[in-house]
Amino acid sequence: MAATAETKGPSTLRNAFGGVLGVFILLLIGVLAFSIRLFSVIKYESVIHEFDPYFNYRVTQYLTKNGIYDFWNWFDDRTWYPLGRVIGGTVYPGLTLTAGSMWWLLNSLNIPLSVETVCVFTAPIFSANAAWATFLLTKEVKGTGAGLTAAVLLAMVPSYISRSVAGSYDNEAVAIFALVFTFYLYIKTLNTGSLFYATLNALSYFYMVCSWGGYTFIINLIPMHVLLCILTGRYSSRLYIAYAPLVVLGTLLASLVPVVGFNAVMTSEHFASFLVFIIIHVVAFIYYIKGILSPKMFKVAMTLVVTIGLAVSCAVIAIFIALVASSPTKGWSGRSLSLLDPTYASKYIPIIASVSEHQPPTWPSYFMDINVLAFLVPAGIIACFLPLSDASSFVVLYLVTSVYFSGVMVRLMLVLAPAACIMSGIALSEAFDVFTRSIKLQLPNILDNPPDAGDMNSVSSIAQNDASKIDSHATTKSETVSKERPSRKNRKKEKEKEKENVEKVPSHSENKKRLLVLPLEASAVAILLLIVLGGFYVVHCVWAAAEAYSAPSIVLTSYAHDGLHVFDDFREAYAWLRHNTDVDDKVASWWDYGYQTTAMANRTVIVDNNTWNNTHIATVGTAMSSPEKAAWEIFNSLDVKYVLVVFGGLVGYPSDDINKFLWMVRIGGGVFPHIREPDYLRDGQYRIDAQATPTMLNCLMYKLSYYRFVETDGKAFDRVRRTEIGKKYFKLTHFEEVFTTHHWMVRIYKLKPPKNRIRGKLKKPKSSSKSSSSNHKRAGNTQKNPWQ
Amino acid sequence: MHPLGLYLTSFSYQEIEKKLRMAKSTSSDAQMLIRSLRTAYAATPTNLKIIDLYVVYAIVTAVIQVVYMGVVGSFPFNSFLSGVLSCVGTAVLAVCLRIQVNKENKEFKDLPPERAYADFILCNLVLHLVIMNFLG
Repeated sequence: MAATAETKGPSTLRNAFGGVLGVFILLLIGVLAFSIRLFSVIKYESVIHEFDPYFNYRVTQYLTKNGIYDFWNWFDDRTWYPLGRVIGGTVYPGLTLTAGSMWWLLNSLNIPLSVETVCVFTAPIFSANAAWATFLLTKEVKGTGAGLTAAVLLAMVPSYISRSVAGSYDNEAVAIFALVFTFYLYIKTLNTGSLFYATLNALSYFYMVCSWGGYTFIINLIPMHVLLCILTGRYSSRLYIAYAPLVVLGTLLASLVPVVGFNAVMTSEHFASFLVFIIIHVVAFIYYIKGILSPKMFKVAMTLVVTIGLAVSCAVIAIFIALVASSPTKGWSGRSLSLLDPTYASKYIPIIASVSEHQPPTWPSYFMDINVLAFLVPAGIIACFLPLSDASSFVVLYLVTSVYFSGVMVRLMLVLAPAACIMSGIALSEAFDVFTRSIKLQLPNILDNPPDAGDMNSVSSIAQNDASKIDSHATTKSETVSKERPSRKNRKKEKEKEKENVEKVPSHSENKKRLLVLPLEASAVAILLLIVLGGFYVVHCVWAAAEAYSAPSIVLTSYAHDGLHVFDDFREAYAWLRHNTDVDDKVASWWDYGYQTTAMANRTVIVDNNTWNNTHIATVGTAMSSPEKAAWEIFNSLDVKYVLVVFGGLVGYPSDDINKFLWMVRIGGGVFPHIREPDYLRDGQYRIDAQATPTMLNCLMYKLSYYRFVETDGKAFDRVRRTEIGKKYFKLTHFEEVFTTHHWMVRIYKLKPPKNRIRGKLKKPKSSSKSSSSNHKRAGNTQKNPWQ
Repeated sequence: MHPLGLYLTSFSYQEIEKKLRMAKSTSSDAQMLIRSLRTAYAATPTNLKIIDLYVVYAIVTAVIQVVYMGVVGSFPFNSFLSGVLSCVGTAVLAVCLRIQVNKENKEFKDLPPERAYADFILCNLVLHLVIMNFLG
């Protein structure tokens, strides 16, 4: 008794110390995750980045000003003129509600932070939360050490940083936290079988549905995992408790969110969960019957049930398939289809195909975004298999599916990041486990008696005896993991292999599971090398955060020979619009700038980044591709007063409207067939120099971009396209230039009012003849321009 | 008659006899099955039988609602959905409770039944809160 009490004393002290150290490390991880995302605030200013966050910011402003009931019922008439947009029913409210409640809480505590500050810093705060959630999840899978490693990897992984810097106020900022936290609660329920955690899991899933459209990933991954468990014979009552309440509560909670609504029961994205719900009930029933019947009677029951059940289920499935197949998209939404079939978007939905984030990633982007983790992940997969538990099979499945989806779209590298961090955390933790154990067990032997070359066998076997006595969680996995290590350390390769063969012989002679113990020097060098590897990872992450992902894209900088140039043209243009136009004036631009225009300039726009109405966007695209008069007609019919064009030719800004012009033609041509793409191409290329087609040189986009451009340097050399433009001297007949920013990056034009007197031929009143002639013509030849 | 034909008819007669015997045996098997199921189920403790009765009641209510929807149409679809899902949900939760309270379940022998019942109540509270909100 005394001996055990003695051994318990130091061990509890060590456990307590370990616990405190763990909490302290977690705190530091949170601080790290928060601070690494602050580069943009330090380098530029505390400003909202990009395009989508401006919409979220505007919605949050409205929420904080008008309260939640007005927010749910808000109909926004300042976008998609004249259609408007039902904000309450089409926005994922999670992010705005989170930031709004943080702002409200701080203000009620008399800490007067502005809404903008709260919005800018929401993402770093929730990335710290995501790191802690990753710790909890990995702890459930493998233990505290793996959890801490995974958390510190996630705090710094560049792929997650890219979407959650301070200022990137977008859905993914809170959604990744919700994703990992939901997975953690699912695994916790699976491990403990407690209904309490199942309830929490459903609530966390509700938060995820509120936050991001990627929630369909959860509601398909979890049923896949349940199916996997059933098929591999791992069905248990804990699995039922983990899954069945989640489906019912989760479906209900998902239908509560207005954006999802009845889609939660009617779209194909959710059918997998219902199917597996039925399957798990059947399996549970079978196990129950098996438990109360004798084996002979059970066989009889099975034959009976199988014959009857097969007939019934075939009929039901046939009806179901007929129902689903009768809808044109088989019940899937366009976005999900483009994920499942990577070529779908480019064939059918050009808008989805045009977004640069929706392109497949290249190989270098994997190394840029998850760096060292890319080759630690396979080691982690193997570590998960030894031994395989429900939780580790889930993480492996999560990794495999997210790798597939990340290969479809660059944007989904973000979903891969937590999976990669978990796997790498497991791998690194197992490796450190083996090496430190080797050192710990061999150190006293080395200190007591000096090492002898021939004695290595006895030393290692003594160490192995100690190892098998001390630790009862056998780890044959460490054997395999350590086999991975030698493949990266070429110097020690032969020596370690020989030692392992020698060690394997005594280990096979005894049936007890032994822990692998490697030679002392090899372990020490290996630990050093792993630390160096971690150092490379940290250096890369900090560089990526500072240089690559911190640009706010509303302010641009460049380093010229005479110092730092700051291009603040966008805000200049929006401020001009805000101060020099009427509140009710409509501004037309390409859809990229819609959110920023409504948020910063506070003017009504025609199309914005929501891109829900393809025809409306095609209308604007057609107007930009048409000659001046036709474009004026189109814009006049939409009550547009100002047209905004982004032009990068003077300074070399590559994402301007001329480079986006091909999408205007394609999207416009997709809806209005009189816009034909070959009209704008010379030898299959879009050109704006002297070789350009006349249609190109006469279209509105060309004219609005290059009006008076020749006055800048006399030669009209376009720095982005690297040529002189084709038509240099021309006048605008239907538009007048009202503002051009300092570096000519944003140009604003006003529609000229129609002339009072028409000189020359008296035109017939257009209304009656136009309608009759257009009706007549539409019946016969659909290629005609609908506006003439 | 041709000897082969005789052989064939006798063969078919044997087949028919065999099929009749099989059918009789399957029906007798089915009877035996039902009897053994009944005796095995009678052996379950009363508290589990009460939970089972509750589950059956909830499922029957759900079926009644679906039939009603089939007759009347699904116009306030959210009401229909919340009604059916509340029945299915409380049935599922009752099954979870049964799993956790069942003494024969090795995995849950450390779990006090009061804790299981408290979790059941909590989950039902959340479920019904959501139902009330969604009922419309």
